[in-house]
Amino acid sequence: MPHLAFDTAHLLAGGLVLVSFVLLYQDRLYSLLNIYALHAGVLAASVAWQAEIQNAPHLYVTAAIALGFKAIVIPVALRRIVVRLGIHREIESVVSTGLTMLGGMALVALSMVVMLKAAAEANPLAREDLSFALAVVLLGLLMMVTRRNAVSQVVGFMSVENGLVLAATGARGMPLVVEISVAFSILIAFIVIGIFLFRIRERFDTVDVQALDRFRGEQR
Amino acid sequence: MIEPVADILSAVLLIPVIAAALLALVPNYRLGAGLNVAATFLTLLAALSLFVGARPAPGAYLFVDDLNVVFIALNNFVGFTTSVFSATYIGHELKIGRVTARHLRFYHAMYQVLLFAMNLALIANNIGLMWVAVELATLTTVIMVGLYRTHEALEAAWKYFILGSVGIALALFGTILVYVAAQPVIGEGADSMVWTTLVAHAAAFDPALLNVAFVFLLLGYGTKVGLAPLHAWLPDAHAEGPTPISAVLSGLLLNVALYAVLRFKILMAANAAAVAPGPLMVTMGLASALFASFMLYRRRDIKRMFAYSSIEHMGIITFAFGMGGPLANFAGLLHMTMHSLTKSGIFFTVGHIAQVKGTQRIADIGGLTETHPWLGWGLVLGVIAIAGLPPLGIFTSEFLIVTSTFNRAPLLAILLAAALLIAFGALLLRLNGLAFGAPRGNSAPAEASYIPMFVHLALVLAAGFYLPGALVAWFQHVARLLG
Repeated sequence: MPHLAFDTAHLLAGGLVLVSFVLLYQDRLYSLLNIYALHAGVLAASVAWQAEIQNAPHLYVTAAIALGFKAIVIPVALRRIVVRLGIHREIESVVSTGLTMLGGMALVALSMVVMLKAAAEANPLAREDLSFALAVVLLGLLMMVTRRNAVSQVVGFMSVENGLVLAATGARGMPLVVEISVAFSILIAFIVIGIFLFRIRERFDTVDVQALDRFRGEQR
Repeated sequence: MIEPVADILSAVLLIPVIAAALLALVPNYRLGAGLNVAATFLTLLAALSLFVGARPAPGAYLFVDDLNVVFIALNNFVGFTTSVFSATYIGHELKIGRVTARHLRFYHAMYQVLLFAMNLALIANNIGLMWVAVELATLTTVIMVGLYRTHEALEAAWKYFILGSVGIALALFGTILVYVAAQPVIGEGADSMVWTTLVAHAAAFDPALLNVAFVFLLLGYGTKVGLAPLHAWLPDAHAEGPTPISAVLSGLLLNVALYAVLRFKILMAANAAAVAPGPLMVTMGLASALFASFMLYRRRDIKRMFAYSSIEHMGIITFAFGMGGPLANFAGLLHMTMHSLTKSGIFFTVGHIAQVKGTQRIADIGGLTETHPWLGWGLVLGVIAIAGLPPLGIFTSEFLIVTSTFNRAPLLAILLAAALLIAFGALLLRLNGLAFGAPRGNSAPAEASYIPMFVHLALVLAAGFYLPGALVAWFQHVARLLG
């Protein structure tokens, strides 16, 4: 049983890194959002498994947030924004897929080297989890710097956050995990509303009706 | 039985929360501004009373010790004076139609939430709670930076948001690593995140994990301090938001983030095998100071210029704490206090100047000492202070930092002195155009509240001549705590 527990946790965390790689080379916003939903789904499975093997029922809450909010609500909301803004056909020029992937591999190697060495004393499950989590965080940051579009930057940020939740749940008995994941969800909700206002402004110049009134008054 | 001091401790948090709820309901802006001032004044009184009386034993979530009480007092003092300034400033913004009464209701409520978040970050004894509080403070300032809803303001808020989020993400990873390091020693659960417990057991932690954790924490919270290379949000956020927020950002929020770094520095110092945190802080601090002092020359926007000056000074303070030792720490604390007072004082002045001139462009502002003598001379005094000229308080602290570094690492001291001189040149160059010569640009009569800005500048001036013995003794004591 301990073998199974460890191997499954390993598989799920590794799967998250893999999905992070897939996120890196998506050049259409729709497919990016779909892959992100998958990312959040894998995270939910991983957190639920940790809740099971650590006997920590409160982690199920975090898993539920990951599944309900991040895998369903946020991608759907972003999808609607993308449609409303009419940017769903846009193809994003990613810096050069080959280079980004090479950079990603280097980052994963770096996080393995750093964390496996630094956490050599910690228990093996936490150690592996932390190194995978760091890889997910770094890949997310790489995605944020290689993208120009606000929506894909947000997806990058959300994958960083998924990596953090993975790290927090891997650390046995860490308090405040649920609170932190709730705080993060609020942050993301704010960001999503933020993009909406921001992008709309860029298109139609303003969302503030009163600013329009003032503008008209000046012309008269 | 609740200890009286515990009551005060919760008052520092509860007054802003209650005030925020009230202010969200008050439609009249005059009443709102008045309530805002009253609430910050009450919080200031509560914060000051933390100095007297016995302290309660550190709790699982909140505590007060000799280090954070200094930060809390400074935080609430500047919070109070800024609310006085803000009442006049924001009234003018309402009159010229840059904001609406509804925005103001929101603004006042957010101001209190921000003070609550900063106070919470300062008295949190739990590193997770501290992280949450810093995140809350970031969120509220993001919203306030975007208050004017102009294209530039929203862009600045977005940039701040993204960079701030990256910063807090890195800081959270560092926090998790500290927990992982602590968990085998202290055990699972909330105890392994309580700062006082962590420090007591730090010697037994795995040093390799602590090292990695500190790098993440320094980069993460360092983003919020405005240290290069992650400073890019700071000038935009300062320039595009309402000026009271620029004052609070520069004077307070940067300090709160630095306080978080200092807490973890103490933790690192308690573990003999871990890498010394000093050199990392010295490098980042020096790089920020040098970089910002060069950037000062090319600025065209007056608020942006002082924002770069904040990066420079936060770099100097981080440098001083990185050098460590009683003298450098003392100088760092003094410099932090002086910078908070001076920079928020300058922003009060600049806010009114931008209002009477109707612009923030340096090229359109000139001859202020002739047209608006109070504002003009206030600016002169402020810039002289921030540039580090002799009779004022910042000179004392910069002198202490440079001389104490000369004793230990002459090369670093030369670099630091170079940064100071370069910044000095840029500031005086711009000051000449702004304050003297023929008047340029619009000239509306000033409706300013001079009291907050002159109180700040007078305090800085007084500190240059005389520091009360009790204050010196307190800072020396805290400097020893910082190691």
